[in-house]
Amino acid sequence: MKTLTRRGFLGIAGVAGAGVALPATAQASAPRPANPNHDAVLVDLVTCIGCRKCEAACNEANHLPPPTKPFDDMSVFEQRRRPDKNHFTVLNRYPGAHAEGEGIFVKVQCLHCVDPGCVSACIVGALSKNEDTGAVEYHVDKCLGCRYCMVACPFGIPAYEYDEALAPRVRKCELCPGKRDEKNGGAPACVSICPREALTHGTRERMLALAAARIKNHPDQYVDHIYGEKEVGGTGILYIAGVPNAKVDLIDLPEEAAPRLTEAIQHGIFKFFAAPIALFGLLSTAMHLFKDRKADPMTSGTDNKDKA
Amino acid sequence: MKAHTPARPVDTIPFFTPGVLVLLGIVLLGGVFGVWRLIKGLGAITNLDDVWPWGLWIGVDVATGVALAAGGFTTSALAHIFHRESYHAVVRPALLTAMLGYTFVALGLMFDLGRYYNIWFPIIYWQGNSVLFEVGMCVTAYLVVLYLEFAPIVIERFKDGLRLPGPFRVFNGMGDKVFRLADKVMPKLMWALIIMGVVLSCMHQSSLGSLMLIAPTKVHPLWYTPLLPLFFLMSAVAVGFPMVAFEALIASRSFRLEPEMSVLTPLLRFTPVLLGLYGTAKVIDMLIRGAFVHLDGSVQSMAFGAEMILGVFLPMGLLISERVRRSPGLLFLASALVVGGVALNRVNVFLVGYAPPFATKPYFPSLGEFAITAALISTLVLVYRFVALNFPVIAGHPRQQQQS
Ligand code: SF4
Ligand code: SF4
Ligand code: SF4
Repeated sequence: MKTLTRRGFLGIAGVAGAGVALPATAQASAPRPANPNHDAVLVDLVTCIGCRKCEAACNEANHLPPPTKPFDDMSVFEQRRRPDKNHFTVLNRYPGAHAEGEGIFVKVQCLHCVDPGCVSACIVGALSKNEDTGAVEYHVDKCLGCRYCMVACPFGIPAYEYDEALAPRVRKCELCPGKRDEKNGGAPACVSICPREALTHGTRERMLALAAARIKNHPDQYVDHIYGEKEVGGTGILYIAGVPNAKVDLIDLPEEAAPRLTEAIQHGIFKFFAAPIALFGLLSTAMHLFKDRKADPMTSGTDNKDKA
Repeated sequence: MKAHTPARPVDTIPFFTPGVLVLLGIVLLGGVFGVWRLIKGLGAITNLDDVWPWGLWIGVDVATGVALAAGGFTTSALAHIFHRESYHAVVRPALLTAMLGYTFVALGLMFDLGRYYNIWFPIIYWQGNSVLFEVGMCVTAYLVVLYLEFAPIVIERFKDGLRLPGPFRVFNGMGDKVFRLADKVMPKLMWALIIMGVVLSCMHQSSLGSLMLIAPTKVHPLWYTPLLPLFFLMSAVAVGFPMVAFEALIASRSFRLEPEMSVLTPLLRFTPVLLGLYGTAKVIDMLIRGAFVHLDGSVQSMAFGAEMILGVFLPMGLLISERVRRSPGLLFLASALVVGGVALNRVNVFLVGYAPPFATKPYFPSLGEFAITAALISTLVLVYRFVALNFPVIAGHPRQQQQS
């Protein structure tokens, strides 16, 4: 009989705890709306000629170390590259053609997500989304170097200074804060130098409209998809291309931003600390209820020195 | 059945044995790599890179370490909250394991953090959206609770007279007063500490599972489910008692004590139920999500199979049998399977199942990473031995006849 009561309590408590707390919150919250006035860059793969001037400008604006191969050396295209601690943006070449010649060139850098995984993940808020510009910025003085931001980024962007022993940093494009070309409408360094209309800077609303207009005016040249309009809740860097995204490593991603799920779980459980306090109450009650059950059928002797 | 003897320092064996010397060797080797890491940086001794930011240290030292320290809160709940007094004999060893386990989680993290000296920053820079922030804060709070829960054991050892040698003698009088006061105050606080320990454990054990939810496109579908936090909690609860049995059986052999079967046999009867719940929930979740299509013979699917069959269902079947639970050897085998299964699950979620885009090569830990992990585990075992030999932690009877 005693056993039944105990099991009954355990069962009810367990089911109630897990049943209420988890599935109720394991559902993503509503998407975070994109701010139409935030900065955006439209990358047009049809007009990009792969000159690598954006890479050079980025290097200069961010005072990065000299590149292993000079910026006019096109042999870099023999390999697929990723942004790293010394290159915040890189171009890759894919088979196909752009408007003026051979090769499709894809500029890779931080996409300044509308609802960034890295910002939501960062344990101390060392990454933040600038409220005015929408740029995702890094504050090195807060960083612990846990690298959870790198786990969280769906595009695999943040790079780390693994060879720094004392003060390694997370490195990525921050959309050139303080380095903008004010004569050129405040465009970031890479956009400012672009000799074609491959990179265009403006508000996200305007860039989306521009992208839609180019697709509409040249349906023969563009695939009807703006990459970054919806992917992972939207991004600040937008792409339009003449070939399907998958062909140029613009990876297929869900429309839901991952933080909608994790933050729903966190805030669901920790709203007013309700769940932990309820559990504390439940366990205190149990501790009290079970107090008189000194005798245990399994063994006769008890250790009298216990404290509780 | 015999009455339980109170816990007392194990003073029947020497600290140093050949095994202890081997462990010291491992600690020294790891220490060399540790110093190297501090001087040369993470890149010099690990295989971590921009695609694989988390490796062995997060998967094993942190995630597995926390899971296997679950014996602390599960036994403390059983003995103190549900007042199953007969299990008190295992509470102290489990508490010691948890206290040391979490200490070494923090220590392991120090090696992994790029800016380890900022480890305390979450205390001042709150980021409530971050799962890692919650894990960090809960683990820190729980660490404090564990040390406070352990305090009475130290007090018990010293309250009847602190005898510091030589120049420290001046502290003896003052120390005595502190210990006597603590001996009066601590029991009044203990109930709250015990419950807080359980609450904090439930919180961070589950949140450790939420960590990877931020990377839905990187974690293999066999493991990625919004229920990961629930599964982490359920498996932590399930592994608690087997872990206690696993180390109690090792300790009794190493300390030349009779294995405490009169406690372990009934304790492990809860385990098949807990494993059954966990295993069934995981299978149902896999069926609902349709993830079974990924059981395709890949490395991931084999790791998943091993985790579920060898780590959950086989030991569940074994532990249902009373005969298994009564035999020290079989009980050890079954417990080791559960412990290994949960450890494999953590490694699977964080490493084997991590499939980042743009990876050009798989991650495998470097020699230095293994060396530091091995050194941390060895240090933990040595400190455990030292504490068990000097403080009243283990309640056991010395073995009568010599067994090999
Ligand atoms: S915005 Fe600035 S930092 Fe980012 S890729 Fe362009 S030049 Fe580099
Ligand atoms: S692309 Fe990655 S690093 Fe950049 S904002 Fe998005 S999540 Fe953060
Ligand atoms: S590495 Fe730094 S920026 Fe990235 S999540 Fe950790 S603390 Fe935040």
